[in-house]
Amino acid sequence: MVSRSPIGQSVPRREGVAKVTGAAKYTDDLVIVGAWYGKTVRSTIAAGRLRAISLDPAFDWSRVVVVTAADIPGENVVHLIRDDQPVLARVGGDIRHKEEPILLLAAPERGTLEAAARHVRMEYEPSTPVYDLDGALEVYSTIQITKGDVDSVQGEVIERTFKVGLQEQLYIEPQGAIAIPEPGGAIRIIGSLQCPYYVHRALKRALKLSDAQAIVVQAETGGGFGGKEEYPSMVAIHAALLARKAGRPVRLIYDRHEDLAATTKRHPGVIRHRTTVKKDGTLLAQDIEIVLDGGGYCTLTPVVLSRAAIHAAGAYSCPNVRIRARAVATNTPPNGAFRGFGAPQSLFAAELMVEHAAGRLGMSSVDLRRKWMLRLGDTTATGQKLTESVGSELVLDAALKAAATVQPSNRPTVRRGRGLSLVFHGSGFTGSGEKKLQGTIGFEALADGTFRILTASTEIGQGTKTIFCQLAADALGVSLDRVTLAPQDTSLVPDSGPTVASRTAMIVGRLVQDAAAEVQQRLARGEQPPIAIQKSYIQPDSLSWDETNYRGDAYPIYAWACTIADVDVDMITGEVRVTDLVTAVDCGKALHPVMAEGQIEGGSLQAVGWATIEEIKMKDGAYQNDRLATYLIPTALDAPRIRTILVENPYSRGPFGAKGIGELPMDGPAPAILAAIHDATGVWLDEVPATPEKVLAACASR
Amino acid sequence: MPEVTYLRPENIQDAVQLYRTTPGCRLLAGGTDLMVMLHAGTLRPQPRAVLDVWSLRELKGVRRVGDALEIGAAESYTGIIRSADANRYVPALVAAARTIGAAQIQNRGTLGGNLANASPAGDTLPVLLAYDAVVVTDRRTIRIDNFFLGYRKTALQADELITAVRVPLDRDVVFRKVGTRAAQAISKIVMAVCRAPARVAVGSVAEVPMRAGGAERALAEGDVAGAVGAVAADIRPIDDVRSTADYRRAVTQNVLRELLDAFTRE
Amino acid sequence: MRFTLNGRSVTYEASGARRLLDVLREDLGATGTKEGCGEGECGACSVLIDGEVVDSCLVAVGQVEGCEVVTVEGLAEGTELSALQQAFINYGAAQCGICTPGMLLAAHVLLQRPDRLSADDVREGLAGNLCRCTGYTKIIEAVLSCRK
Repeated sequence: MVSRSPIGQSVPRREGVAKVTGAAKYTDDLVIVGAWYGKTVRSTIAAGRLRAISLDPAFDWSRVVVVTAADIPGENVVHLIRDDQPVLARVGGDIRHKEEPILLLAAPERGTLEAAARHVRMEYEPSTPVYDLDGALEVYSTIQITKGDVDSVQGEVIERTFKVGLQEQLYIEPQGAIAIPEPGGAIRIIGSLQCPYYVHRALKRALKLSDAQAIVVQAETGGGFGGKEEYPSMVAIHAALLARKAGRPVRLIYDRHEDLAATTKRHPGVIRHRTTVKKDGTLLAQDIEIVLDGGGYCTLTPVVLSRAAIHAAGAYSCPNVRIRARAVATNTPPNGAFRGFGAPQSLFAAELMVEHAAGRLGMSSVDLRRKWMLRLGDTTATGQKLTESVGSELVLDAALKAAATVQPSNRPTVRRGRGLSLVFHGSGFTGSGEKKLQGTIGFEALADGTFRILTASTEIGQGTKTIFCQLAADALGVSLDRVTLAPQDTSLVPDSGPTVASRTAMIVGRLVQDAAAEVQQRLARGEQPPIAIQKSYIQPDSLSWDETNYRGDAYPIYAWACTIADVDVDMITGEVRVTDLVTAVDCGKALHPVMAEGQIEGGSLQAVGWATIEEIKMKDGAYQNDRLATYLIPTALDAPRIRTILVENPYSRGPFGAKGIGELPMDGPAPAILAAIHDATGVWLDEVPATPEKVLAACASR
Repeated sequence: MPEVTYLRPENIQDAVQLYRTTPGCRLLAGGTDLMVMLHAGTLRPQPRAVLDVWSLRELKGVRRVGDALEIGAAESYTGIIRSADANRYVPALVAAARTIGAAQIQNRGTLGGNLANASPAGDTLPVLLAYDAVVVTDRRTIRIDNFFLGYRKTALQADELITAVRVPLDRDVVFRKVGTRAAQAISKIVMAVCRAPARVAVGSVAEVPMRAGGAERALAEGDVAGAVGAVAADIRPIDDVRSTADYRRAVTQNVLRELLDAFTRE
Repeated sequence: MRFTLNGRSVTYEASGARRLLDVLREDLGATGTKEGCGEGECGACSVLIDGEVVDSCLVAVGQVEGCEVVTVEGLAEGTELSALQQAFINYGAAQCGICTPGMLLAAHVLLQRPDRLSADDVREGLAGNLCRCTGYTKIIEAVLSCRK
């Protein structure tokens, strides 16, 4: 037996040595003998019909493989939810956004490939594109959440409209996949991805492959943040089609420009609030309308809308709530998953409403939050009773205690301000999601005395591999080096569900823990290895969700965070510098404190970027910010000092009480920063990013 | 795309000769602009050769020459930042160099490159305008006032090589750049001001780095408020991916006021 | 042309206009240096040339004739990690790891400076290396821990 459990210890990252020596192999690092290079040719119109594709006969096509929609053996669809998105636009078919994939090319060298791409011409029949939310082409999804009766309530009314902007995930490793044809009609995909089984399902549908013929392997992945949740299916199918036609491996690796121009972004939108309060500050009603822009195809939009809607009332207890949410189609590149997944957008609005209400009432917004916050025993907007692990007041007090006194600005042209936000985030899949998924892992005791975890949950920097080994080693009572993981390869491991929704440590980690404990018991009873078992998620009976009426237990558990942001606003330029961020996070249990902090620090800076400098301007349905010189994320010189306080308030079903916190850090900073800007300047902005242009204009018009 | 020939002359005479005689030849110094465009295939016309002048000793160095500071066209920004003479005589240029990119870019970027590319957002260019710098080439000198002819168009002849920049020693210039973030940012506006002689130079507010004539005339008469008012009409900013004309106009005025106030306080 | 890569002499015979980044990754099998943008904005391709940190996507290989090039693969002594690499592991400064090679090289240069290093100095020195995972907090801690 090992004397000290690794749980709660910040043990070295499992793949850390490989990462600091440059030995870790990301997709484009892999040498595949005989592989050709692939490229996607994309639409230059935002809406219309594809009339014809012509290949210039003057070009030598003998060393180029060309794939069109006609070459798709299965269904011309990137399988996800609605199945509306084609793998490739077909001649005679619709185009619904710029950069829509039309044609694929492969060639032995990049020079030939680039030249070939210049000799392809598309003929279009353009139609009038629709870009604005009100004139939208169609509605992808609508959700209504009702509690009590907002229309029957009288009181002081505060109304406000908020806008949230697009955001690019900006993983430093661009999208990419390598497809390798294998015997028996099989195709192996090695790629930069979060969800091997999403890709597996999509690959089977488009390439008409059996379970065994589609093999999806995750390579070391340089960041995902949701941007590699669903998009890799598109890349993988494209690479596979080229490899199949070429009869050889094909590498389809995006450069940064293509990645910025063509891949999914955070859903932008408009959120309207009408809040009714009593003069003493009692919260009476919240009437909320959300419109999100899904772009040209549906992708994950209904699920993003769902999370946005469920979080829209904020971390507060209110007897009368109406949330009407819809997601619409426009002729812009489809939007998709990005950390937070709708919640940052709706919580941005909810938190600023608390500030506005406090302003109207002449109360401190911190006091108002104490009055309104959800507490143990309270019921959420969907009617979920919070029966355990409610961290609201804990994190508020912890953040307030930790925040340093504000030092006044020593420069006459720079104003200093502080803002606070209190947010929560549901861990795990919404509603019956986990139940439907039935995530499964395998666990083995091997003859050599080691143990192996078989899971499709991926390491994308957040510490999956390390934490799973900690949980297993602890349950087994062995040293960490006795525990290994099978590769994230669909031919080797079962479907544990996607690496998303803040579920990996809490839901899948719990399965690892339970499986290891079961194997340990069997060994203790004298059973000899090899032992191999599987463990699947079982929905607790106490959770129930009504999908039709959107009522009940939306998530197994929520986690809370309180963020205090300090800003310096330069009154000459309107520039907002976030100097300090203090965040208290209700994580249940910090299985690996350094990694938990790492999630909070990284997620917080992404939110700081979204709130301040990460702006995407659209022109004629295309992003103007399509290079790293124009899409700007914070550098080390821009980043605030970030201090994290981990508050441990256990959740009974999480491993050691752990709750999922991967996305929560994205929710708090933006509204806290806008409140800080108000504190510094006296102006309220209602949108993110709060660019210097907007800040200066707002200050000038005061 | 046909392969691009790499040429590396041993000395400045060979460089000048090769530049004159090699068709489709582009100059390569630090590569911070050229290598991006070469890789993206966006250079027009497409080059047949690159002429590497980065290592030429004759193009390096920061030294006093008479009553000017002479900076080699291929001296890196880091070299300028580390030069005691540069810090002493042209601190605004050092300040500008420190705002360019970050360490990696400063280690390779050069004044020669900044000048030849003539981007309206070039961070050193308003500073050189405010200093009344002189561009030294292989065949003549060109006053900085006469250097920028139009959008990315300079007075250089097709085969003319910049060898150095000379900056007068006796000017007191201040500088401010406003960019989207603290490092690695193309400017929204970038300004350099000399109190006497009155020079107000601004980048990213026109198709060229420009001198604000109206503001200079007011400044020459000691009219700070007048200068701040006049500069708004001098500049011709646009809306673009980085910012808006309105913002640029407002901030140009605010920054000019701030820089002139700094002079008054001294 | 000849240059040294991590102390070993290399002879290179193809086009001098080729990006050093591509020569390292594709011709010399040194894939530790990463391509994040190809525009000199992200720093993932950072290498040292004669002790200075540069973006290798902006360097034509002909330009390193006679130079000493160091990549992430040259930081460890055989299997023994440098103090900085070990600090990155100890402090959790690497999450997804894609920015780590470039970040280590930029930090390595900072640590060669004989004078005191403040957190602000580290931020300025690493401003050319974008990280999306960590918020930079633990990277700065790791670097400062090496300069006591």
